[in-house]
Amino acid sequence: MKTSSVIAMASLLLALVGVALFGQNTSINFVVTALIVALAAQGWNLLGGYCGQFSFGHAAFFGTGAYVTAALQSRYGVNAWAGAGIGIAAGAAIGWVIGWLSFRAGLRGSYFALITLAFAEVLRIVANATPITGGGTGLLLKLDVRASNFQFSSRGVFCLVALACVMLVLALTIWLARSRLGAQFAAVRENEDAARALGIDVLATKLRAIALSGAVTAAAGCLYAQYFLYLDSNIAYGSWISVESLLAVIVGGIATPAGPIIGALALHALGEGTRLLAGRITGIDLVLFGLILVAATAFAPSGIAGAWKALSARVQRARA
Amino acid sequence: MYTPAIIAEAMVNGMLTGAVYALVALGLTLVYGVLHIINFAHGALLTCAMFAVWAASELLGINVYVAIVPLAVIFLALGYALQRFVIGPASRGDDANTLLVTLGLSIAIENGLLAAFKSDTRTLSGDAAFDVVEIGPMLLSRPRLIGFAVAVVVALLLWMLLRLTDSGKAIRAVAKEKMGASLMGIDVRHIYALTFGIGCACLAVAAGLLMPTFYVTPRVGNAFVLVAFTIVVLGGMGSVAGALLGGLLIGVVESLGGLLLGESLGQAGIFVIFILVLLLRPTGLFGARA
Repeated sequence: MKTSSVIAMASLLLALVGVALFGQNTSINFVVTALIVALAAQGWNLLGGYCGQFSFGHAAFFGTGAYVTAALQSRYGVNAWAGAGIGIAAGAAIGWVIGWLSFRAGLRGSYFALITLAFAEVLRIVANATPITGGGTGLLLKLDVRASNFQFSSRGVFCLVALACVMLVLALTIWLARSRLGAQFAAVRENEDAARALGIDVLATKLRAIALSGAVTAAAGCLYAQYFLYLDSNIAYGSWISVESLLAVIVGGIATPAGPIIGALALHALGEGTRLLAGRITGIDLVLFGLILVAATAFAPSGIAGAWKALSARVQRARA
Repeated sequence: MYTPAIIAEAMVNGMLTGAVYALVALGLTLVYGVLHIINFAHGALLTCAMFAVWAASELLGINVYVAIVPLAVIFLALGYALQRFVIGPASRGDDANTLLVTLGLSIAIENGLLAAFKSDTRTLSGDAAFDVVEIGPMLLSRPRLIGFAVAVVVALLLWMLLRLTDSGKAIRAVAKEKMGASLMGIDVRHIYALTFGIGCACLAVAAGLLMPTFYVTPRVGNAFVLVAFTIVVLGGMGSVAGALLGGLLIGVVESLGGLLLGESLGQAGIFVIFILVLLLRPTGLFGARA
């Protein structure tokens, strides 16, 4: 990372910690929601950005993490932290199963995007019809504020926990991008046949990517369940999280470590801004998101991170 | 538990609905066959067409079946412009970009409709939905019978357009060999946009056939688009005959699934078929290409 990027990231981090410590409830709510989406998007970025497999159904992982965490607590009395751990493992497992089924069948590109969408929809319909998830009425977690129960008396503390999760995955992503596994991801993304010719086990590499991606996005689901203490099938497995995790990555900068975080914060700031300007018209912020997705694809394919890189390179050249 | 008569009626009803599904799928498969892109905005455009039908009938007082004709022309132009000036230039021929651009369009259209019309459920006034015809031992809905007939006629017309007209020949040439077609003096961008327009016109017709017995909300397209994707994958991407047969089949499956498992789980049946077909036979039942 360049010094300028490190400084930019550090000041962003400082600002977020500042909000967590001194912010009002509304601003903390805003940051927590954006961080949860950022975490889900970091998961998407591992599979879609680094390994090149575009998923339209990351809700499958988000929802699984959220439901496993919540259902284990409310139905079986499992400790919340343990529940979250199992939820993350379940996200990895679901990712592995979906990956094993679809990558083994040779699905890529649009076909892979379609089948992930279908898996998420099946899970949504099933979750809406089975009693263990509370069906259509949803699942309400008991309010029991104890740190050992993954519930905190102050929203600021929760915000710091979410921030820590996002930073942990950021570190993991930076490490991964330089590791052997990251190189294998890139090889599979750029040219599968060439990767195979170099002796890379393409299927195994993709399975690692989707399991890792599933675990990270499931962690976002766990955080959601613990923060809002309520779930139903349209929240947990709804297409909103599939779309937002993809959108945050594209807007922030695909296959860059900080892209998902920048993208999620930028999108949520924009969404709030539109709602302030246009009033509470349902859907108006999403209209803008959709148009931004089109415009970003057309004019800024490498996102905010890419624009930043180009800008700082130009500044450096001007100084020299 | 279920008498053969009930099952037979469910199957025939499923086929009647399936023909209209087939029309939705026909637009999707045509666009895929020629442009080799998956149009994620298809469902949102269908919703748009259904609102247009609703508005023409409720606000302007035009008979639904009459309104279909001008709406088909409007949607042809809309689709043409969308591909020519938005989707084509924005995606620069890259598969991943097209996915993102059409996804962005569908989000924008769907939520634009939500902002304009709220999430209320709208139906056409009048009691067309209860208008039934007795055929043998079965009671069948008249609008659905009309829908079936019109859908089949439109599919035939489309097939003739592709076979017999110069534009149809050009479309088939571009589908087979883009470079060769362009060397023969065919304007590929025009043909792409024309194909997209025809796909949208199919949606306008389907919307007109659906509205008398169905409802519209800004999110209604989602349900249809996954059904349409299933049909397209089942019938083989790009195959017109496959889309027709796939549509009838899925209509029957949905109807029987709803009868045996209940409405919401019956819907899951469609997605399970979709996943199974993608996993076991991604070329579909009639498709030759992978």
